Amino acid sequence: MSTGLNSTTAELEPILDGTAPPPAASLPRLLEGVPAHGAMSLREHLDTHGELPSSRRRDQRSAAALIDQIEQAGLGGRGGAGFPMAKKMRTVAAGRGKPIVVVNATEGEPASLKDRTLLETLPHLVLDGIALAARAIGADEAILCVCESAGVGFDCAAQAIAERDQLRGYWPRILLSSAPQGYVAGHESALVNHLNGGPGKPTFSPPLPFERGVRRRPTLVNNVETVAHVALIARHGPRWFRELGLADQPGSTLVTLSGPLAYPGVYEVEYGASLSSLLDAAGGTTTRVRAVLFGGYAGTWVDGASLPTLVLSNAHLAPHGASLGAGVVLLLSELACPVAETARVTRWLAGESAGQCGPCIHGLDALAQTLEEVCRGGARGDAMARIEQLSMLVNRRGACAHPDGTVRFVTSAADVFAEELADHARYGACEACARQPELPLPTNRQPITAA
Amino acid sequence: MCAELLPERIALDEWGYPILDERPLPTELVSHAQRAAQACPTFALLVERKRD
Amino acid sequence: MSPLLAATGPSAYWYLTRSTGAVALILLTLALALGVVDVRRWSSETWPRFVVDSLHRNVSLLALAFLCLHILTAVLDSFAPISLINAVIPFTGTYRPFWLGLGALSFDLILAVIVTSLLRRWMGHSTWRAIHWLTYASWPIALLHGLGTGSDVKSTWMLAISIGCLIVVIGAVLVRVAAGWPDHLAKRSAALGAAGIFTLGLFLWLPGGPLGKEWARRSGTPATLLGHSSHASSGGGAGGSSASTSSASGASASASPEENR
Repeated sequence: MSTGLNSTTAELEPILDGTAPPPAASLPRLLEGVPAHGAMSLREHLDTHGELPSSRRRDQRSAAALIDQIEQAGLGGRGGAGFPMAKKMRTVAAGRGKPIVVVNATEGEPASLKDRTLLETLPHLVLDGIALAARAIGADEAILCVCESAGVGFDCAAQAIAERDQLRGYWPRILLSSAPQGYVAGHESALVNHLNGGPGKPTFSPPLPFERGVRRRPTLVNNVETVAHVALIARHGPRWFRELGLADQPGSTLVTLSGPLAYPGVYEVEYGASLSSLLDAAGGTTTRVRAVLFGGYAGTWVDGASLPTLVLSNAHLAPHGASLGAGVVLLLSELACPVAETARVTRWLAGESAGQCGPCIHGLDALAQTLEEVCRGGARGDAMARIEQLSMLVNRRGACAHPDGTVRFVTSAADVFAEELADHARYGACEACARQPELPLPTNRQPITAA
Repeated sequence: MCAELLPERIALDEWGYPILDERPLPTELVSHAQRAAQACPTFALLVERKRD
Repeated sequence: MSPLLAATGPSAYWYLTRSTGAVALILLTLALALGVVDVRRWSSETWPRFVVDSLHRNVSLLALAFLCLHILTAVLDSFAPISLINAVIPFTGTYRPFWLGLGALSFDLILAVIVTSLLRRWMGHSTWRAIHWLTYASWPIALLHGLGTGSDVKSTWMLAISIGCLIVVIGAVLVRVAAGWPDHLAKRSAALGAAGIFTLGLFLWLPGGPLGKEWARRSGTPATLLGHSSHASSGGGAGGSSASTSSASGASASASPEENR
């Protein structure tokens, strides 16, 4: 591997001096060397992934080169939206004022555990990525946001930061911040609002964070997994990154796989892998699967019958109206009552509204109420038509995408679970309604061990 | 109130919030639209000029 | 101000300031009531909400206009030494400083409410709203000002107007507090309590206050302006003031406006 820049062959060369040999083009990548218990120490991290990034402040060329590398690697955000990382970095770097980096590890999605896993097992990889991203855009401040309820993750991150503080050459200093819990609190603008001293609620109006965010500076907000990938791309180069995955969705990603499985947990997969191969890696399913939810509670249900054909990439899931989102793959067993489960989650989503927009407050409540009535059997008239009407009234009428996500969740459920919904509307509750709920919510989150 | 001032383009949902018809405004409706936007207690409505 | 005019009795300004004051009180009452109707989102076929809203805004502006006339005429009138400063900065005058000061205070609050409403677009909604609630404070202060300084307080018509406006405002406050009951119970109870205490206090104070003897002197009218005791006034005597008419500018023995207080 050559170091530094070479103008003719610069494109696919990594920019860092590695002491470890280049890894094979296979998995695991992020999860390479993850210890069975606790977090990877700084020593273990260096042994596994190689030297730390250079710390020369004025190395503008290598900073700009990193953004080029990320662009060639085709890294997209891992927080759900998949926005091209290089484009975001360039926009923020070109903004007015000194940029600042914010990394989002709040993970408000109850069905997702990947961000927590990264913090608790690979804090140094995360910190590398944050430092690299900050230097690349000319920021000298970075804030890592952790959910206020994430005790272990916060401690692991704090310890890792302390370890680095004792040694020279680690900059910029990374600050840890505790963010409020809440489904919408992890939204980019909500996080920025909180850091500016306001409520952790999404904002209505421009400017957007990349223009004016924390302390009115251009702010780069990224999911914690995205910066972890940056730490590896800087070491091994974009060509290596692209050896896995697809042309339009390259690389690997972390997926939280849960439901009736032998070994549910966080897995690293390459885009384009089949769902079946992932299920095999997790030891297979323990019951038959009624349906699978992709993307989380703002995502889409797909009928279990399609399971064998499903491939883990947004392009392949698009015809089903689904996307991977923040890497959530949630299986619902045949033993559960899909109506009760959907109604329960919808009620929770309604409660998670930031309470800023009338249509969201009233509409989501009405949706939850309708589903609850269907579940009990007390629904009047055509509940399905009511759900459709409410969905149209609520969609895109909020300041953020929260109501849209709930609508997607409910309408796909109405589609996939049409039969069960009709049965409940006619006959009321079924035996499965009384079962322990399967879909995880913060009040009853079952611990899922990382793979 | 906006629905009263611009019924041609604004309807109310069942909770009293405005549903906007986003088609471009003909010239004769522009002043009515501006009045409707000014009447909103939270200034939630905007009249925008779009370039073709 | 020509001395000739002053020597022949109360000037036109004096009458104007009283009448514009009364009208301002009525308009402020109407504006407050319309404000409650507005926030309650009441409407009918012939009274759409935007009409109620526009009416509320326009009546408020009209009230402000009459208030300004009221202040201007009071300042221009030469009988009572009221300067423009006294009219806008509370409690700075020599003429019934406390009661006049209440008027200045009320005016300041109303001005703040109206200016912030005109500049509403550029401030946060909750800020605007918090300031707008000052209207509920400005109204009783205005009423007390009128009862304390008003020349006509003992006359039936002025008393009737004041009580009538009070009834309307109490009604409006009750309607406002009832909306959304029992949310924010503490604030609502406090508002009801304040309204009750104010009304009770008012009726306890009136007979011994402005409706009682020698109010003009007790309320802080400068001694030089108090009239002779020989002239009976409807309040039962102007008190043993020894001020002579020769030292008062504009107050004549036979028609001292103070005697009617």
